[in-house]
This record gives sequence, structure tokens and C-alpha cells, in this order.
Amino acid sequence: MGTLLSLRGLTKAYPGVIANSDVSFDIQEGEVHALLGENGAGKSTLVKMIYGLVKPDSGQMTLRGQPYAPAEPRMARASGVAMVFQHFSLFEALNVAENIALGMENPPKMRDLAARIKDVSETYGLPLDPYRTVGDLSAGERQRVEIIRCLLQDPRLLIMDEPTSVLTPQEVDILFQTLRKLTAEGVAILYISHKLEEIRTLCDTATILRLGKKVGTCIPREVSARDMAEMMVGTTLHVPERAGGDLGPVLLELTDLSVKSPSEFGTSLKGITLQVRSGEVLGLGGVAGNGQDELLAALSGEILTTPNTVVMEGQPIGALGPTARRKLGLLTAPEERLGHAAAPDMSLTENALLTGSVRQGLESNGFLKWTKTREFAEEIIAKFDVRTPGPGNAARSLSGGNLQKFVIGREVLQLPTVLVVNQPTWGVDAAAATSIRQALLDLAAGGTAVIVISQDLDELMEISDHFGALNEGRLSDIRPARGLTVDEIGLMMGGAHGMEVAHV
Amino acid sequence: MDMSAINPVLLLASLIVAATPLLLAAIGELVVEKSGVLNLGVEGMMITGAICGFAIAVNTGSPLLGLLAAAMGGAVLSLLFAILTQFALANQVASGLALTLFGLGISALLGQGFQGEKAPAFPKTDIPLLSDIPAVGHILFSHDIVVYLAFLLTLGVWLVLKYTRVGLILRAVGENHDAAHALGYKVVRIRVLAIMFGGACAGLGGAYISLIRVPQWTEGMTAGIGWIALALVVFASWKPWRVLLGACLFGGVNVLQLNLQAAGFAIPVEYLAMSPYLITILVLVIMSADRSSAPASLGRSFHASQ
Repeated sequence: MGTLLSLRGLTKAYPGVIANSDVSFDIQEGEVHALLGENGAGKSTLVKMIYGLVKPDSGQMTLRGQPYAPAEPRMARASGVAMVFQHFSLFEALNVAENIALGMENPPKMRDLAARIKDVSETYGLPLDPYRTVGDLSAGERQRVEIIRCLLQDPRLLIMDEPTSVLTPQEVDILFQTLRKLTAEGVAILYISHKLEEIRTLCDTATILRLGKKVGTCIPREVSARDMAEMMVGTTLHVPERAGGDLGPVLLELTDLSVKSPSEFGTSLKGITLQVRSGEVLGLGGVAGNGQDELLAALSGEILTTPNTVVMEGQPIGALGPTARRKLGLLTAPEERLGHAAAPDMSLTENALLTGSVRQGLESNGFLKWTKTREFAEEIIAKFDVRTPGPGNAARSLSGGNLQKFVIGREVLQLPTVLVVNQPTWGVDAAAATSIRQALLDLAAGGTAVIVISQDLDELMEISDHFGALNEGRLSDIRPARGLTVDEIGLMMGGAHGMEVAHV
Repeated sequence: MDMSAINPVLLLASLIVAATPLLLAAIGELVVEKSGVLNLGVEGMMITGAICGFAIAVNTGSPLLGLLAAAMGGAVLSLLFAILTQFALANQVASGLALTLFGLGISALLGQGFQGEKAPAFPKTDIPLLSDIPAVGHILFSHDIVVYLAFLLTLGVWLVLKYTRVGLILRAVGENHDAAHALGYKVVRIRVLAIMFGGACAGLGGAYISLIRVPQWTEGMTAGIGWIALALVVFASWKPWRVLLGACLFGGVNVLQLNLQAAGFAIPVEYLAMSPYLITILVLVIMSADRSSAPASLGRSFHASQ
């Protein structure tokens, strides 16, 4: 098979950053080509150029020998390039068929389209009802909508941006079988992921980007995940170490916690019971949208419950608000960095004050102690290696990883009794992720009970003592993390959610 | 008090006339909001349409040209809103309020010389055969063309939103503008066109008051119909047929209270005068108790970053 798409010297600069600099590589027909790199390495910009969302400043692309310069996604789709987005580009209030019609150039009549959707979805083992509203679908089902939207256009190149971050291991297996079937038909797949083990099982070739430049190519099957990670980061990685002390008394206990989700398309919590002990790291896995946000809100005090469902050190706190819980030492760091964990347009000093005022004594009689707050912010910046010119900068100006280090550091330095974090290393580069995990482990070693909610199973296996999974608002049994197999974890997360293997 | 002075056929016929300006403005705003834009300037665009239509009709002697001018006046004014919110990314609520204040002011200025003038008479268009049906014919098929236009527009908007690709794209833009952009749809262009459609509809609605319903020019003559139109869209859960129902209800209660006033009904006039607003909103609040479906991107600014 020949070369499908070749990139030569692609360069794209934004004010202040060079997103891509002189990137060249080829994608063969029928291969799965991985694109690897840390956040900010320029992967997204590169695929946006291929998909016609961004115009390169210089460089050429050729598709099957013909010059290829899509001015907009429509042209890319017409040339046989399709893309499955990392953040779903779906419309929640519309149904599956309408969503798919929006991604097509000349959609057939709704009734014919619905029939084709049923047809294609069953052929590839991704069953879907064309008339269901997308807002009611699970994350895995939503991804099927996107994939089928692409498949209906008979693509020659399918771009997938982090497709497995929302799937259970079983669903990942089925997705891979679907992808292999596609490559057997000659479709090339450009696969972006952080998950190196997945890339090793699925991909034929990998191109590695660092700081916008191509730094290497490899055949993933022949190198170790660690080698690839070090190529991405450019330095040697160190694995978090844990002291492994004994667990102390129970610090936080949830008993039959049921909470109705405040948002229309959210997941209500159903009968959650759990305990965390001093010095323990409890990992809670699960596919996004299975009640993680609601659980965090119920723990932080954003959602109130009956007093006895949340008990901390013997004291019922279910009816206490966030400030009262902070005072008692229950601190939380939500997933959404900009807008939930930090106020985007306020400075780091102000953001430090927002959660730190109670425990750090940053206010007296309603007056704020700015000097002390500034020192607190500077301490976070120094101890957690936050790269920023100073605490006066707005939270929005920090990169995702740096802001995450700040947000986690802000809670860790307040020496919580119980710390709850949701997706602590989401969108954070490998080096920063390691240091965040280390900080959480150090905190647990000091006697804090830590609950880590995450979708990154490797992370949870690395740092948790006990593991449980959320599935449709219910919590699985909590089991010791050591010795759990991927299959067991997958079943705890809800199995394959009705997906089946491709039929042909 | 003499209830026999109220003729039910005449009452129902004038109900339709009273509902038309509200229906026009609301159906236009419905399209705007479906595209994800909240334009609070309906009242300002209506009154601007009212004076533009009135001035052109008086000067040319042609009420049809007046209607055309009213639609254009409303659309041009809405373009100001579109520039502010879609290109300068100004806050939609503030821009909409400013648009209403601006519209009220500029209409008063334009209308300086037109106080007390009389608009040229607008021809009635009886629909042949249908208008000969007793009672029903008089109520439904013996009006001016704007009434028919308003009803056809409601039907058209419903059909387009539900069954056509254009309608699907419009809803998609209002639902999730980032996703629509990622699929290659021109979010800003679609929204600007929707805003101008809404402006034209509001202008027409205003001119209907100044050219046909009243027909003369007084400052602030739209008297809050634009605000009712805004409330109507929300309480009708963004559904064209409910907008029609709400508009008829409002028109009906309005006509009824005028008749009751004329018949010397024994409650204070103020209560009667507020009743159409109160009853319309009450009924629609009760009706919208089901899962309301505001477009998810309503009122949010869109900027294609990266």
C-alpha cells in the first residue's frame, strides 16, 4: 500500500508561541499512525491543519500525490479526511440522526439516514438508536455517534483525538477491533493518545512531537512505554514512591449517600457508602459522567445532604456548607480548573485567598490580609514549581498543567485532614503529573486521608491503596488496589455497556 | 353595564388583529434565540419599525412601501446589535437593553413631524370563498395581508426549524456553537442573519401597530409589546405553535378588556388594563412546566479561538 498523506515542513505560529515548527511525516494507507506528545506539544494544532480548521503558515501537504490544502473542514471531509474530536462535538438537545446529518455534506432524507445509521452501526458492532437524544447517551455511546458520523462518509483517513479517555477497558477492546477492521479495508488512522500501552497494542508507527517539533519516530511494538514517555518529555522520568505506612483510624465515612444531580444531563448518586482512613489513598475510577462531579460536590458541601450521610471524625457534616467543612479540614479540588477550582480572571493571590482564607487565617473581622495571602500564594508557586512570572498574574494566563499544580498545591499546603481531588492530572504533562502524584502520596504518608477521583486507571493503580469504581451513580465494592487485573477493573466500571464486536 | 354590546364575532376578529404585532415580533425573536442569541432590543426595533413604516407610508402614500421600510428599519437597527455582540463580543443583555433605549429615542426624533398625521388606509384582503363562510369567514379570512403573512410566517418557521437542513444548522448553532464551528459552520454569519430576520419581523410588527391597528403615530406607541414578545418566546418553550397560542391569548384578553371597559364593567380600569399581561404570562408559565428547552448556547458570546 502506498503513502496516503504526507506532510512537509508544516509550521504554524500563534502570537507568543510556535505551535508547530517544520513538522514532516508520512501516513501510509491502512496503518494506524500514533501522534505522541505532551500537552502543548502541538498535536492538536497539527491535526487541525490536516482537518482544515487551521491554516498552516508554511509547508505543504499532499494527499495521494495531489496537493492538499483544505480551507475548511468541509473540503477536508470531501477529500476523505474525517475526525473524531477529543471533546465531543455533539449537540445534546438533538437526536443521533440529526447530529450525524450535521456532519455530512449531502445528508439523505432523515428516514434513509436513520436506516443507514442502524446498518453501519450494527456492521461495526456499535449499536445505536438513531432517534435517541444525545444528551441521554453515555460517554461511550456518544463516541459511537461521532465514529459513525465519520464512517458514513467513507473516509480514507480517520483522525482520532484521545478516543479512549472516556471508555472502559472492555469498550476500548471493542473500539480497537473496529479500528483494525477499518485498517484492513485500507483506511489510515491518525491516533492521538497519552496512553502509551494502548499505542503499543494498536499502532504501527508513532511520530513524537515535543514543543512543536518532531523529535522522533518509532515502532511502538518494539520500544517500551517508558522509552516513549522519555522521548516525549525529553528527560528521565521518576516514578512516584510511597512510604507505605499503616492505615490509621477512619476519618471520613459516607453512608448510603443518594443525591439528585443538579444538572439536567447529570448523573444522580445512588446509595454510596465508603470509608477512608488516615494515611490511605482511595482511588475512584469510572468513565466520565458517571457521578464523579456530583460526588465531589456532595463531599465539598456544594450539594447538601442529611447530616448523617457524611460523617467526618465522628461528626455529622452532611448539612454543612463548604466553608464550615474547610474549617474542619475537608478540602476539595474539583476537575474543572478554570471556573470551578479557580476564578479565571482573578490573580493567583486572589485565588489563593478564595479557598485558603479559613484555614490559613487570611482574614480578620471581614478584612483581608493581603500580605499574608501573597506570601501563601508565593509559597504554593515555589513549592509546586508553578511556572508563572508571579502571584499577580491571572489564573487564566497559566497553562493547564501549571494551573493544576497551583490548584492542588493550594489545598495540599493547607494540611487537610481529608483531601478530595477530581482528575488531579487531567491534561497535565507527564513531569507535572508525577510531581502532583508524589505530593498526594506525601500527604497521605503524613496521615491525611486522600480520595482521588480519576479516569486515568494507570494513575489510580499507581497511587491507590484501595480502588472502587463509579458506574451510573453507584459505587462498586471497594477492593485493595494491589493485584486487581484490568478485566476486574473493567467489570467494576460497568463492563462493555452493551457494545459488541464487529460482525464482519 | 351592557354585556349585549359585545359582539363575539367582532371580538374574535379583532383578537386576531390585536395578536398580529405580538406574533410577528415573537416569531422573529424565536428564530434569533434558536440561533443562540438573546436580543432584548425587540421593543426598540418594533418602535423603530413603526416610525420608519409610518413615515414612508405617509410620504409615498403607499402602505406596502411603508411595511417594506419598517422591515428594513428593524433589520438595520438589529444590525447594530449584531455588530456589537457578534464582532465586538459585547454583552448581549446590555447591548439589547441599549438597543431598546436607542430605538425609543431615535423613533421619537424621527417622528417629530408626524404627530397627528394620518396613515394612508390599508386595503383589506378578503380571501375569496373562504371569507363568505358565516362567522368563521369574518373572523379568519377577512383581514389585511399582514395578518395572513404573520400566520404563514409562523407555519414557515415551524416547518423550517423542524424539517429542513437550514433549520437544523440554526438549531445546532444555538445548541453548541463550538461544535458547530468545529464541523465547519459559520456561526457568526448564521447568527447575524438570524438577528436581522428577527429585526425585520419586529419592525413589521411595529409598523402593523402604527399603520393598521391604530393607525397614527404617537411616541412609545408599542407600549411594551416587545417585552411581552420576549417573555412569550421563553414561556412558549421556543415552540412556534405555543407562541401563536400565547399571542392569540394576549390579543384576546386585550380585546376583551377593552370591550369590558367600554361596556362599563364595574372594576377599576387599571385592573382590566393589566389583565392581558398577567393572564398571558400565567397561562404560559403553567404550560412551560414541562422540561423547558432553552438553546444551550443562548446568550453566550462566540469567538473562534485557534
